[in-house]
Amino acid sequence: MSFLELTEPWGKPSKNIFFPTSNGVQQNAAPVNSRTVQPIVTGASVIALKYADGVMIAADNLASYGSLARFFDVERLTKVGNNTIVGIGGDVSDYQHLQRILEDLEIKESNHGDGYALQPSHIHEYLSRVFYARRNKMDPYWNQAIVAGVDGDEKEPYVAFADLRGNTYTAPAIATGFAIHLALPLLRKVTDDDHWKTLSKERARAAIDDCMRVLYYRDGRSLNKFSVATITADGVDFQTNQSVSSEWAFAEKQYGYGTQEV
Amino acid sequence: MSSIGTGYDLGLFFSPDGRLFQAEYAYKAVENGSTCIGIKCKDGVILALEKVVTSKLLKPRANPRIGSVGRHVGIATTGFIPDGMHILKRARDEANAWRDNYGSAIPGSVMADRIGNYVQLFTCYSSVRPFGVMSFVAAYDDQGPHLYMIEPNGVYWGYNGISAGKGRQIARNELEKLDFSTLKMKDAVKEAARVIYATHDEEHNKDHEIEMTWVGEETNGIHTAVPDELLQEAEAYARRTVEGGEDEDVPMNE
Repeated sequence: MSFLELTEPWGKPSKNIFFPTSNGVQQNAAPVNSRTVQPIVTGASVIALKYADGVMIAADNLASYGSLARFFDVERLTKVGNNTIVGIGGDVSDYQHLQRILEDLEIKESNHGDGYALQPSHIHEYLSRVFYARRNKMDPYWNQAIVAGVDGDEKEPYVAFADLRGNTYTAPAIATGFAIHLALPLLRKVTDDDHWKTLSKERARAAIDDCMRVLYYRDGRSLNKFSVATITADGVDFQTNQSVSSEWAFAEKQYGYGTQEV
Repeated sequence: MSSIGTGYDLGLFFSPDGRLFQAEYAYKAVENGSTCIGIKCKDGVILALEKVVTSKLLKPRANPRIGSVGRHVGIATTGFIPDGMHILKRARDEANAWRDNYGSAIPGSVMADRIGNYVQLFTCYSSVRPFGVMSFVAAYDDQGPHLYMIEPNGVYWGYNGISAGKGRQIARNELEKLDFSTLKMKDAVKEAARVIYATHDEEHNKDHEIEMTWVGEETNGIHTAVPDELLQEAEAYARRTVEGGEDEDVPMNE
């Protein structure tokens, strides 16, 4: 810039003050705040437990729009590498973004080509940091997540929780959302006091189905269509389109149900 | 050689006869590099690099030079190695950006184009120097297998088979004998080993290590190192064929 160009603004009044824009926009207004204040399209609960040979995690395939049951084919369990499943409830757009973040993480790691793979504990730590960083900006990813898999060389069963505030914990049985109240007690009955170490795959699945049934009965934002993933030292077994039996005949006896005959 | 470009080779500007000497000199850096070959077969792509082991202290197989980009692309470079590492990094940035913007894996042709344009950029200004590498891009996307080689001046072409580095002439002669339309990945691995062995200079019989990667149907579209047993089988086949006689280019039966 020449010296002459530098002299251009001398003696000139500031444009903002002397020539305000005509559409009345306040020049000194606070910047528009854009942060997550409420989840819009949401997924419901996710449940997971350890058993003798590995871990099992389940989540239904519903995305609700408030009280509207809107999308019936949402897969809320995401495979990350060959040893981890991340199940996420809460805002679905944030979930889809987290899927991208996790996939990028997986690709970057595999590019090293050094034979190391990310373990569930690494993915849990990474996800927790991501949640906490956003929480500190008061702009959270509005989700509750469960990271489940077999960890390390010993392929230890691993389940851990991470949520929108950056809270984390690990336990033999974990649940998110409504399942914390409805399903966790049932899961804890079969996993408490190291009982999970001798829990068979069939009994673990029975416990999952039991919880999904209770959730279908009692959670007003649930669906009887879910996915179950089982992770063992041999890999991931992903079952989709699962459902549980349920009894609704009692409804006939309810006053006000159906047509009245009198 | 030193008298040819006098005055016009100390920067990137045209000589009176229309040549960019710096861009041409970059090819010299590649000519003495390790022999690198690429073979695109029916169902995938093989990249093979012959690395001369410069010291017994080097840990075998500990210093891979062929890098993965995204999941489905492999990049091998020969020539000035640090330049190759930089191009690999740039390729990874391009692949990540593509995935961020379009949510999908970068197509092989786009990858080659990005690298070509990037390399060409460095032939425009005297404040930088051109890359002294030939870059091989092997990709397997929904259009099938791709093999491209990008030269130090930014030009690139798609190939069925291509070589660069010290043994490129011999390698090219051998590659021309292959029938790419029927070749399958497992056979291509063996042929790649054979071609590399054929380029060996018996006088300078130093220790060497073959690094080979592949991407295609055999690997479910993931770029990965050729498994050890297959590589050993291929090297054994190569030794048999090349030391047995120059005329044998029929693949061995299993």
